[in-house]
Amino acid sequence: MVYLDNSATTKPYQQVVETFQEAVNQYYANPSSLHHLGKEAEALLHKARTAIGDWVGAEASEIIFTSGGTEGNNLAIKGIAMQYAQRGKHLITTKVEHPSVKEPFVFLEQLGFDVTYLPVDEEGRVSLQAVKEAVRKDTILVSIMSVNNELGTLQPIEEIGNYLKSRTTTHFHVDHVQGVGKRKIPTKIDGVDLCTISAHKFHGLKGTGLLYVRKGLDLAPLLHGGAHEQGWRSGTENVAGAVAMAKALRLTLTQAKEDPLYLEHLKQRLLTELQLIDGVVVNTPATNSAPHIVNISIPGLKPEVLVQSLTDNGIHVSTKSACSTKLFEPSPVLMAAGLGEELASSAIRISLSFLNRPEEIETFIDTLKQSLRELRQVMGETTT
Amino acid sequence: MKLDHILVRYGELALKGKNRSAFENKLKENIIHALKGHPTARTKKTYGRILVEINEEDPDELIAKLKHVFGISSLSFALKVPNDVEEMKAGALQAFHEAGGNPKTLKIKARRAYKHFPIGSEQLAPEIGAHVLRNTEGVGVDLKNPDVLIQVEVREQGTYISYGKIEAVGGLPLGTSGKVLLMLSGGIDSPVAGYKLMRRGTKVEAIHFHTPPYTNERARQKVEDLTQILATYGGTIRLHVVPFTEMQIAMKEHIPSQYMMTVMRRMMMRIAERIAEREDILAIGNGENLGQVASQTLESMNAINEVTTLPILRPLLSDDKQEVIDVAHSIGTYETSILPHEDCCTVFAPTDAKTKPKREKVSAIESSFQFSDLVEDAVTRTETLAITRENKRDQKMDELL
Repeated sequence: MVYLDNSATTKPYQQVVETFQEAVNQYYANPSSLHHLGKEAEALLHKARTAIGDWVGAEASEIIFTSGGTEGNNLAIKGIAMQYAQRGKHLITTKVEHPSVKEPFVFLEQLGFDVTYLPVDEEGRVSLQAVKEAVRKDTILVSIMSVNNELGTLQPIEEIGNYLKSRTTTHFHVDHVQGVGKRKIPTKIDGVDLCTISAHKFHGLKGTGLLYVRKGLDLAPLLHGGAHEQGWRSGTENVAGAVAMAKALRLTLTQAKEDPLYLEHLKQRLLTELQLIDGVVVNTPATNSAPHIVNISIPGLKPEVLVQSLTDNGIHVSTKSACSTKLFEPSPVLMAAGLGEELASSAIRISLSFLNRPEEIETFIDTLKQSLRELRQVMGETTT
Repeated sequence: MKLDHILVRYGELALKGKNRSAFENKLKENIIHALKGHPTARTKKTYGRILVEINEEDPDELIAKLKHVFGISSLSFALKVPNDVEEMKAGALQAFHEAGGNPKTLKIKARRAYKHFPIGSEQLAPEIGAHVLRNTEGVGVDLKNPDVLIQVEVREQGTYISYGKIEAVGGLPLGTSGKVLLMLSGGIDSPVAGYKLMRRGTKVEAIHFHTPPYTNERARQKVEDLTQILATYGGTIRLHVVPFTEMQIAMKEHIPSQYMMTVMRRMMMRIAERIAEREDILAIGNGENLGQVASQTLESMNAINEVTTLPILRPLLSDDKQEVIDVAHSIGTYETSILPHEDCCTVFAPTDAKTKPKREKVSAIESSFQFSDLVEDAVTRTETLAITRENKRDQKMDELL
């Protein structure tokens, strides 16, 4: 079995699962309870928050625990829009965002907000110039992902943050869900006010994530209730989940630090082999792209058919992004990059993690070649 | 060639006459303790100086830790070279480059402690300075206000070349001035008072009055947490937790509410004195500040002091509240101190406390009930914890992370 769908989700590290199990068994009390057990749970939660803060370069009070990427993105976008609507109703994002960013903006448009969707170049990259041209006096939020989930394109977050830092009423949100362990966490970048992270993308558990909120910023909550997480996110805290996330973050960032080129080497190996296969078009940019995502198209072949054939042979990859595969239409991200309908409707995504080994790349390439040969025979195509 | 030493300066110690050696040894011991997590760092004592060899360690991490060691006034990066002019020149040039920040002006300060070295300091400084100027571009000399000050110190064993001056916490080495029993309430002031006492070299033990169930487990945890923060500066700190509920209830029954505050403080003082005697502690410390609240007027202090002959040290006496808050922030106790948990003073605090109690009146009121057995009982049931920088509970939790 070769798992190459790590941008959809990763396998939790064994140590993360063990940590979760121990924490959930021993620190099950409600951190708000006044008794000893509650106090212990609260102390552990605080430690997890502080440890995560240290890793991402933030203060503990700047970390809000959430249920994951979708919630973090929704909270950042709607939270800022609702909180600061009286300052202005203009919002900026790009045409290549994940649905959990795009859809909140569509929703806000219905509420009377004015949203600018920035175009991207053929690599799926937004330009600083485009941001500069779009920003207005009444712009209260700019939301741009750091790593594109389909193409792996790195967005110029530093440049944009640097430009926006002097604009005190324009807040900058970065969706870093695809970036942990692959690109420097943007919390330290000047100008970045909010940053979404989801644990299951780096060998943590589903249902856990965080939103970084720079000190001094306020948010309107999505979930009202007992005023947990400084009132921004009510709901009894998932102590064990937070602790498991801290562990996953530590393990991932340590690995990325110790072997910073591991993923890049796997990716280059993959790209070298793929370029030798007839009919394969690589969509992922050659430079300035994340080390774990390779997006390819095989024109003339339905990607669902290829994914099915590969999975039958023990290789697991994705068409487009896993969360939107139920919609059988060309990838809006690839369309926005101007790759055309043929490429956009025949793309598959291979995504790597630290758990992948070099020999798995060989297995994948061999199986892919085999599948293509079989499929083309059946579909009456000939390989040249 | 690399600046592979950290030079530790300790201004005040040098004045201490014949105790000096004992002070230096204590400081060296404390430095070794502070750098425990850095196994390759080596601490050496030479005449008038302590040097830390950096070896495999991260210099910035060492500096960050050394800055908080009481007794150190400043730190510099330094290099040791043989007593040879050419070596000194090369070392000074290296120091100038390492100083960073694109400096434009320079001053060399030479000192010849080893008088057998043939070249005097007034000749050495310009010679070394000229070498640096020859090997850099656009750098000049400024003897009054240089961007980089390089110090060259010739000693018998070799010459130390250092640059820059990183301010450290100052004070006196911990453990050179006896022991104080700190009354730790859980508020902002008392941990700061403890810190200031430790900064003057005193070891601190803490005493806390706990009133279960009227104050909960968290209030106590908060005090333990504060003690632990103090322990990061002062090594292991013993915390005496006094069960105060019975006394509190008896007082409520017998003492008119306007005098409750004063009598309660007197009872605490009596218990603290007993504990201090038991532990060979010579003074009591607290976070009182003159005139700040009802219990801290001069009249109030006068009435409370009556019950003990031990000196009561009040390091915050003349500080403004904001100064105290600033220190609390810088030593990391503020965030814990402001957590909203009740302490015994707030639960039983009367709203009509006398701000100017009279000694005679308080004594008369107190004599209306038998408190000595209650004092005795509280002392015997006092629980003593040894709190270290890292406790077991924390270690267990940290392993999960």
